[in-house]
Amino acid sequence: MSIWDYANPKKFMQVSAVLLPWVTGLALSCLAGGLVWGFFLTPDDYRQGSTVKIIYLHVPAAIMGTSAWFMMLVASLIWLIRRHHVSALAAKAAAPVGLTFTVIGLVTGAIWGQPMWGTWWAWDPRLTAFLILGLFYLGYIALWVAVDDPDTAADLTSVLCIVGSVFAVLSRYAVLFWNQGLHQGASLSLDAAENVSNVYAWPLWVCIAGFGMLFVSLVLLRTRTEVRGRRLSALLARERGVGG
Amino acid sequence: MMPDLGKYAGAVLSAYGASLAGLIGLVAVSLWQGARMKRTLRDVEARSKAAGDV
Amino acid sequence: MTALFLRDLRLAVRAGGGFGLGLAFYLLVVVLVPLAIGPDAAVLARIAPGVLWVGALLACLLSLDRLFALDFEDGSLDLLVTAPLPLEGVVAAKALAHWVVTGLPLTLMAPVLGVMLQLGAGGAVWLVVSLALGTPALSVIGAFGAALTVGVRRGGLLLSLLVLPMYVPTLIFGAEVVRRGAAGLEFGGALVFLAAITLGALALLPYAAAAALRVNLR
Repeated sequence: MSIWDYANPKKFMQVSAVLLPWVTGLALSCLAGGLVWGFFLTPDDYRQGSTVKIIYLHVPAAIMGTSAWFMMLVASLIWLIRRHHVSALAAKAAAPVGLTFTVIGLVTGAIWGQPMWGTWWAWDPRLTAFLILGLFYLGYIALWVAVDDPDTAADLTSVLCIVGSVFAVLSRYAVLFWNQGLHQGASLSLDAAENVSNVYAWPLWVCIAGFGMLFVSLVLLRTRTEVRGRRLSALLARERGVGG
Repeated sequence: MMPDLGKYAGAVLSAYGASLAGLIGLVAVSLWQGARMKRTLRDVEARSKAAGDV
Repeated sequence: MTALFLRDLRLAVRAGGGFGLGLAFYLLVVVLVPLAIGPDAAVLARIAPGVLWVGALLACLLSLDRLFALDFEDGSLDLLVTAPLPLEGVVAAKALAHWVVTGLPLTLMAPVLGVMLQLGAGGAVWLVVSLALGTPALSVIGAFGAALTVGVRRGGLLLSLLVLPMYVPTLIFGAEVVRRGAAGLEFGGALVFLAAITLGALALLPYAAAAALRVNLR
């Protein structure tokens, strides 16, 4: 029994039905736990005051915004290579979730930036690259909406996702070339000097887990809807065919 | 209960407010779309079953 | 392939083909910017590289949606797919024709427009070089976008939404070359990256575009 068996829509529906409540429960506990811990039980930062509490939303949202696109890329490749419909539908389902996380990342970043940097927006490489990622999400979703035939849409959006990923990476480096940057370095990097201190890092990890589980839960839910949608279209087409 | 957010209260609260609104909105829309699809599919399946289809 | 290239050229140049529209649009953009920003020469000189690049980019975008759409509508695209010519070659020929009719004239006209934005002679040279290196990328990336949206009715706006984010690296490096060249700074890195992106796009995107066309013609 390999993972490819779950690519069968019926199998997927069975397994996801079992998984969904558990993943959702896990997501909600981590989110609630992490946010409550971070918001109520951590001290203010010496330099940033209480705005450091925004980190529990901003960082996980930003991480998931990029991870979601990466998942869409993998799903698109699987669709193009192995033609598993569930894969194409999962990519379609993930896009609005990824876009929402990206927007939350940008908005919380702006709200945090205003008191810290004195501006709502700065053309810092990290912000700019993230904004460009948001534009790629919009294009991807727009293409799914614009093309009528589902299989054609799946193929075209998969190619777009792959080519778009290359350009997104190129943009990331172009933008680093274009501006030195205001945004602080990685909060959780392996380099301890750049790290956020432990008192913030622990609740942050819980929040990241919460956001990650929420992503999985939403993608499972939305993919189930898409699979049902595909069955619905097939039934309606058959009705129309029989009706003449 | 509420920690003293000091002068950044507006920023922190609006960040939390906007994010939670976004997340709750996304979840709500996803649930609603799912429920509607489930209902429509059930209706169409019942219809085609009644008409003698498999 | 040459025949296809020449045919596209002829179609673009004759009446109703849209040749010259791109140039006119470019001129209009460059005229509108000082009207919006004010005539201060120092300010205009600062923003000239960027405005000239963005204007060229938008002008290229104008004629992209007709790249495959016209042939798609009258059935000639189906014939091209079944012809002995590889579809990637068809894409390349059409992208080249688009560049000759759009990108190349824009590149040649740009220094003239640069005068209106107080771009100095030093900057003008690098403007031409960067546009010459960058506009082929714009044509081939545009061809990919056009291939994706060929089946979508009134897909021009969707085409822009898909293509403009992909133009970002070329735009950044192209404008950087002009800005640094005009200021007498080191610009070799930007130039190399600009050329690399164009070469990479020319080599790989025809395959992606051909794949998209095949999907749309099923």
